[in-house]
Amino acid sequence: MKPAPFNYIVPTSIDEALALLEEHAPDARLLAGGQSLVPMMNFRLSRPSHLIDLNCIPDLAFIQDNKDHISIGAMTRERTIEESSLVRSSIPLLYEATRHIAHLPIRSRGTIGGSISNADPAAEYPAALLTLDGEMVVRSKQGKRQIKASDFFKGIMETAIEPNELLVEIIVPKVPPGTGFAFVEISRRHGDYALAGIAAQMTLSGKTVTNVRLAACGVGPCPIRLNDAEKQIIDDGLTEKSIQSAAKAAALEVDPETDLHATADYRRRLTAVLTQQALLKAKERAQENN
Amino acid sequence: MPDTIPGYIGQSVPRREDKRLLRGEGLFVADIQLPNMLHVAIARSQFPHARIKDIDLSKALSAEGVELAISGEDILEQLPPISGMQLATPPGYQERVDTDIQIPDQPLIPHEKVRFVGEPYALVVARNRYLAEDALELISTDFDPLPPVATTDKALDENAPLLHEKLGRNVAAILHTKKGQGAEALKTAPHRLKRRFYHHRYAAMPMECRGVVADYDARTDTLTIWSSTQVVHWVSREVANSLGMPEENVRCIAPDVGGGFGGKGHVYPEDILVAYLARRLQRPVKWIEDRHEHILNSTHSRDNIYDVEIGFDNDGRIETVVSDFVVDSGAYSPIGAGIAGNSIAHMLGPYDIPNYEASSKIVLTNRTPNAPYRGAGRPEVGFAMERAVDLVANELELDPAEVRFRNMIKADQMPYSVGLTYRDGVPIVYDSGDYPKALERALEELGGLKSIRKRQKDALRQGRYIGLGLGCYVEGTGVGPFEGATVKIDATGKIVVATGACPQGQGHETVFAQVTADLWKVPIEDVYVTVADTAHVTMGYGTLASRSTVTASGAIQLASDQIKEKAFAIASGILEAGEKDLELRDSGVGVKGVPGMHISFRDIATAARPGWGHKRPEGIDAGLEATSYYEPPTVTWAYASNAAIVEVNPGTGQVLIENYVEVHDAGVLVNPAIADGQVKGGLVQGLGGGLMEEITYDENGQLLTGSFMDYLLPSASDVPPITVIHQETPSPLNSLGVKGLGEGGAIAPPVVIANAVCDALRPFKAEINSTPVRWGEVAAIFGDDPFKATSTTTTPEMEK
Ligand SMILES: Cc1cc2nc3c(=O)[nH]c(=O)nc-3n(C[C@H](O)[C@H](O)[C@H](O)COP(=O)(O)OP(=O)(O)OC[C@H]3O[C@@H](n4cnc5c(N)ncnc54)[C@H](O)[C@@H]3O)c2cc1C
Repeated sequence: MKPAPFNYIVPTSIDEALALLEEHAPDARLLAGGQSLVPMMNFRLSRPSHLIDLNCIPDLAFIQDNKDHISIGAMTRERTIEESSLVRSSIPLLYEATRHIAHLPIRSRGTIGGSISNADPAAEYPAALLTLDGEMVVRSKQGKRQIKASDFFKGIMETAIEPNELLVEIIVPKVPPGTGFAFVEISRRHGDYALAGIAAQMTLSGKTVTNVRLAACGVGPCPIRLNDAEKQIIDDGLTEKSIQSAAKAAALEVDPETDLHATADYRRRLTAVLTQQALLKAKERAQENN
Repeated sequence: MPDTIPGYIGQSVPRREDKRLLRGEGLFVADIQLPNMLHVAIARSQFPHARIKDIDLSKALSAEGVELAISGEDILEQLPPISGMQLATPPGYQERVDTDIQIPDQPLIPHEKVRFVGEPYALVVARNRYLAEDALELISTDFDPLPPVATTDKALDENAPLLHEKLGRNVAAILHTKKGQGAEALKTAPHRLKRRFYHHRYAAMPMECRGVVADYDARTDTLTIWSSTQVVHWVSREVANSLGMPEENVRCIAPDVGGGFGGKGHVYPEDILVAYLARRLQRPVKWIEDRHEHILNSTHSRDNIYDVEIGFDNDGRIETVVSDFVVDSGAYSPIGAGIAGNSIAHMLGPYDIPNYEASSKIVLTNRTPNAPYRGAGRPEVGFAMERAVDLVANELELDPAEVRFRNMIKADQMPYSVGLTYRDGVPIVYDSGDYPKALERALEELGGLKSIRKRQKDALRQGRYIGLGLGCYVEGTGVGPFEGATVKIDATGKIVVATGACPQGQGHETVFAQVTADLWKVPIEDVYVTVADTAHVTMGYGTLASRSTVTASGAIQLASDQIKEKAFAIASGILEAGEKDLELRDSGVGVKGVPGMHISFRDIATAARPGWGHKRPEGIDAGLEATSYYEPPTVTWAYASNAAIVEVNPGTGQVLIENYVEVHDAGVLVNPAIADGQVKGGLVQGLGGGLMEEITYDENGQLLTGSFMDYLLPSASDVPPITVIHQETPSPLNSLGVKGLGEGGAIAPPVVIANAVCDALRPFKAEINSTPVRWGEVAAIFGDDPFKATSTTTTPEMEK
């Protein structure tokens, strides 16, 4: 359980980090909170030649209020997001998603950038950002790219980030008034990665649903937008029956696998149950905000 | 009640150990740093079964920082395997139990073939662990994979490849026993019920994995070994034998040990290898097992298949139990036939059943060896038996509680002779207790049977599924063969005690101080207790099998009695009073009823010293010191009733444990707070096994659960409300009235959960006859539509 030998480098600015990445990619690895990377290195499943530690770059850790959106630096700790009143008031779904991540000691080290770059199929942030229509800002020595969440997550632990790129910032639009949200999930133990999780956000105008977005985690190689379920709600509104139909539609559009913790069938079932729960909770909150 | 009782026994004296442990000042094996120390990393097989054709260590040997690299071949001449047959059954055992036992030897490092994923095939000793692990990657191997014997079914197939060619079969032991008419009695039984039950494989997961440090002193030709073990004396004996040294020259110490639970209850190859390396290299050597290694290589447990047939009458009285079970022992069987023997002896539990027949096969497969884990054969057999009792109730449409009451041994039948033989060779006699009362109290704690049933019915009308689960067991505790203790009083008047007990968190330093203080009527502060160090007591057995409070207390008492005799003789001379008129009092000996006539232990010990100034009467030899070995007549019988209320979510199949109660009888409790913690800790491990902890192999014998990402331990937030009630019936078998309690808690939870879930799902006639209880499978019982069972209109009616 000891890592293979590696070189350890600690840049203090983004530019320095980018130069190091350019020099050592693809064999280098960026170290954020280390909560996923360090175990992988200890198992020698990850064997970087160079470990570039991002923890001494102050410019990567921030939460900023930018009129219609919130910007979050990649090195912002999950715990900081959980405690941010700005996040809680402007993009509460992200707050609720954070509450489901691991345990306090892990959230105190783990970062939003690390979680998103790691792109675990069951991670909460990717599903939340898909629902929130977030965008990722990545930089390399060559320049800057902005990638929509829907284009960012490519597969199991696979993202649009190139080996010489650094994720620097996550941009999340503020939610409009009359919006309700919910992040619900089921894991085998408190703090575990979810067997299935659902992020929901909906905007009501009176009794009409003007917008609903749903995404699932843990039930596919990466987070899955639940288009059929959304359509069901837009078409038929929020009756008990249409919510159940949406939930059943959701179960059919996910792509779960069987593993040690659950069968694919069971994950589909959970998707249905959780979609129903998420819609009911989001509806209730949207009504309160109306 | 014996007159030694009042005093510290029965009080929740704060644990002596806690001060250092809570301040982070404990000393675990990994904390030991010695100058010049070398570090071991072990290469472990990734094949379940493979012939070793070649192992080339040359590159590893020339890697940075490497001092030594060896494979099985290199030690073949020097180090014998760990003998499989050393745990022979006692003489009386074979009279009632037919046995055919051939336990294979376990090589320290095999040289011909590897037999499970995780078995060592080479090791590297280097300047630090990092370099040692780097060098492991430079070992090149040529292994010829053999067909894996992945399951007991495969192992028992006629054409199965053999794990141990020498044995000529994949069976380590066959046991058979019979009471009354045995299976014959099925023929006359009005009802018969037959089922297969499976208790899955899981394992002790102590917070501290294993670890060994050894230091050789060439000047005195002595070895000191620090091992995270439950059996220091066994380690030193085995090392002494292997290395050809006197036991006296091999000192083994278990410093603070962070949990054992049975998984550290025997000698492992690493204990001997590290000692060997220290002597060979003449430098201290350290090996610390990491969690991945622990899961691969430290023994697993459970993993039994039971075929059970029960004969019963119209009233639910059980007439006979016939059981045929298979233990998946993995590649070796470090504790011999112990687990299966336990299962056979415990199947009838608290019930008065006239006929019984049991056969067992301990089967060798390409899995990690199986050894006792908290409960040791009892959770497995308890699962089969207590599920079967519920099924009998279902069959007759009786309440499972009622069927239990009807079959239970009554308090006035105590002592109750079971008609079977324990593994110590002695006929089983349940010594004391009130089994029905324990069940009654457990039900009362949950509101009483009537109100539970009413609540359940009402809930069902609202589409909510609530179930009551029961689980009762008896447990032989305080097993022999012996435990040792040395007691000394020196000229400071302090009492110093050493025992062969090897605690791993049980609070022995406190408990044995309480026992000793009461035996001598001294303040507890004057008692010094040493545990887990072979230098302090010549022969010892260790802490496993819920035995130390019974056996080590017995040894302390015997040794104390010897010194007391001397102390009284000396006091009698000095005080000029007859020994009959003397009593223990105020840290010394006094004349009964005469306050001024008293001599302190300090003065008695001074008087007892050898030399010119001694004041010993004629015929009394010098010193106040004695070593005694307590050989218990047989086991004491603890027992418990468990009851829990669960609610099952029909959409997700999640099982919520609303409340869990265990009424437990361990006789006199030396320290109730510690006893409480022991039972609760066990319960949590049992609940872990019932719902989440599981070691999984694929069909090729590959281990799939190699880390805590996949092997799920319950954490604090997964523990439901638990109530433990102690019902204290003193054991008549020892003067303190104590019974053992270390394992109890872990025995019942898996079957209690299964019974509770089946009870909740009675409308579906659900049967869950294997562990762990999986949410997905529970959900499936409600049908494919997750929303159907929740809507009240479609809920089926409860039968009664
Ligand atoms: C016991 C446990 C339970 C957990 N449970 C959950 C859970 O329920 N839900 C959940 O979502 N997560 C969970 N996690 C993971 C946790 O959220 C991690 O912290 C997170 O996934 C990774 O974040 P990190 O900052 O630790 O990243 P690291 O581990 O440091 O890095 C992860 C990966 O991302 C790369 N990376 C990091 N930062 C950047 C960047 N700025 N640009 C490009 N690449 C980058 C790294 O090179 C590495 O490959 C759990 C972790 C543990 C140990």
